[in-house]
Amino acid sequence: MTTITQSAATADTPRWMSTVTDKLAPQALARAGQALLLPAIGIALFLLFWQLVAPQVNTSLGAFPAPSDVWEQAGQLWREHSNERERAERFVTMQEQRNARILQDNPDAEVRIRPYPGAPTFFSQIGTSLITVLSGFALATAIAVPLGIVVGLNRHFAAAVNPLIQVFKPVSPLAWLPLVTMVVSATYVSDDPMFEKAFLTSMITVTLCSLWPTLINTSVGVAAVNPDLLNVSKVLRLSFWTHTRKVVLPSSVPMIFTGLRVSLGIAWMVLIAAEMLAQNPGLGKFVWDEFQNGSSQSLSRIMVAVIAIGFIGFLLDRIMLLIQKKVAWNQ
Amino acid sequence: MIKPHLELTGVDMAFDTPNGPFLALDKVNLKIRKGEFVSLIGHSGCGKSTVLNIVAGLLQASRGGCVLDGHEVNTPGPERAVVFQNHALMPWLTVYENVELAVRQVFRKSMGRKEKRDWILHNLTLVNMQHALDKRPGEISGGMAQRVGIARALAMKPSVLLMDEPFGALDALTRAHLQDSLMTIQQELNSTVIMITHDVDEAVLLSDRIVMMTNGPAATVGEELTIDLPRPRNRVALADDPTYVHYRQAVLSFLYEKQTFPGKGDPVTSIAEPAPSEAAPAAPAIVVESTPLEPQQRAIA
Repeated sequence: MTTITQSAATADTPRWMSTVTDKLAPQALARAGQALLLPAIGIALFLLFWQLVAPQVNTSLGAFPAPSDVWEQAGQLWREHSNERERAERFVTMQEQRNARILQDNPDAEVRIRPYPGAPTFFSQIGTSLITVLSGFALATAIAVPLGIVVGLNRHFAAAVNPLIQVFKPVSPLAWLPLVTMVVSATYVSDDPMFEKAFLTSMITVTLCSLWPTLINTSVGVAAVNPDLLNVSKVLRLSFWTHTRKVVLPSSVPMIFTGLRVSLGIAWMVLIAAEMLAQNPGLGKFVWDEFQNGSSQSLSRIMVAVIAIGFIGFLLDRIMLLIQKKVAWNQ
Repeated sequence: MIKPHLELTGVDMAFDTPNGPFLALDKVNLKIRKGEFVSLIGHSGCGKSTVLNIVAGLLQASRGGCVLDGHEVNTPGPERAVVFQNHALMPWLTVYENVELAVRQVFRKSMGRKEKRDWILHNLTLVNMQHALDKRPGEISGGMAQRVGIARALAMKPSVLLMDEPFGALDALTRAHLQDSLMTIQQELNSTVIMITHDVDEAVLLSDRIVMMTNGPAATVGEELTIDLPRPRNRVALADDPTYVHYRQAVLSFLYEKQTFPGKGDPVTSIAEPAPSEAAPAAPAIVVESTPLEPQQRAIA
């Protein structure tokens, strides 16, 4: 008897309701709770440990910042950023009004439009860092993927290039940087430079350090194309270009993307060091300036930067993963 | 006398190995008529695939050669389409796109856009795969993927269709089904087919002639058996047919009485399955398989 009424009840409930009740079912709730709960516990324990231990570590700039100090400085940085933006807006509107007045008096007058001269804030520095790392990464990809294809296709070329790859791959960005700086200063001479030298130096250092995983993975992927597929290509008499475009490249896309993800991770790590030394106005420079500044808040502000760097690196990897899922055929 | 459609004359194949040259094939002679269905049968590692790859142009004979319609075969080409054992479809292309890749390459200039589309669909319909045009090879079964591989090969309008154990990786029921389809298609198109197989029943059922190869090294054509059974053939009716049973008996006796120990004096290799690489059969099979195969050797294996 009870079973009949129950089944009748389920038949009457609309679909959306049953999906909601499915989601609210104790088991599903428990699963979702576990998925969120355990990481939350981990983070909470870490914060607690940090809060307790940090005050014990004394430095010449005061005690090591606890999470509460870092949180406070994060808010402070955000306020500084909003204030600065307000000032910048005011500067722009004032300039526009002044220019409009001048043009009203004399339509032929030449008006000058100057950018706002204020110092970059933490958030604009994040922007600079992102632009720098993406430019360096894009340049590395543009070099590494075609080069990797050639290395993978030609065994003789691979043998010639392999020792160079093995030797240059483990070089630290800090070793490259002085050389890159000198070369950029000597070669990039122009009265109206399109890029800052510091930007170029950081970007090129990022490129030099991050192209290796993509290069190696691309060449391995290209060399490992299924021999049956190569035979199909031979039987069809595909031209070199069609063969590369239609068989080799798609076949190695999964390997290339694995390389790209590793490369982007390295690029982001290298960037911070490069910016510190090259004084590119990004997160690296922020950390360096705060370190040199040495106020009582400096350590907390550096800690904000550390956490921001971590989060951005994580996000960049997630974005690459999403692109990989869209592009790669084996996902 | 009429010239044969395809002729192999005195084909030797020697591979370079660290232990010096290894003779895989020794003076293989074979003549095939137009529209003939020929099976190559023999123990693992006897060089059947090497023969097929020479006809395909994927390997170059060390001595002797292969002539198709009066032209010597030196390079691979679509007029000798190959059906590979593991379908060899591009995993990133759909069923339709896989056939399209071949059709666009082979009939680049000679067919219009609409004509190409019709031709692709025609061949996929021929193998009964018109229902899965937008599926990727990973989303269909092995038997279906092999059908598409056959459709791709047929779409090249080949003079000879080369099949390298086309049904070897399939389960028995799917295999029987595909064999029937292949028989129908072959009769309809009157295509010339060379098929490699391990399966005696498959060879007798499908072929006009069975070419039995001796064991390597220095493998060659041992015996030839003309299968004079009327077409269309029905596997169930033939099972009791005395002629069929006789042919079957003849092939079995060749394989299991006259050619028992492949690798001559090294019975270990005869148990080894899959085939040890032809390039170094003197070594025990396990050792051979543990060494990474060079691309050229992989093409043979």
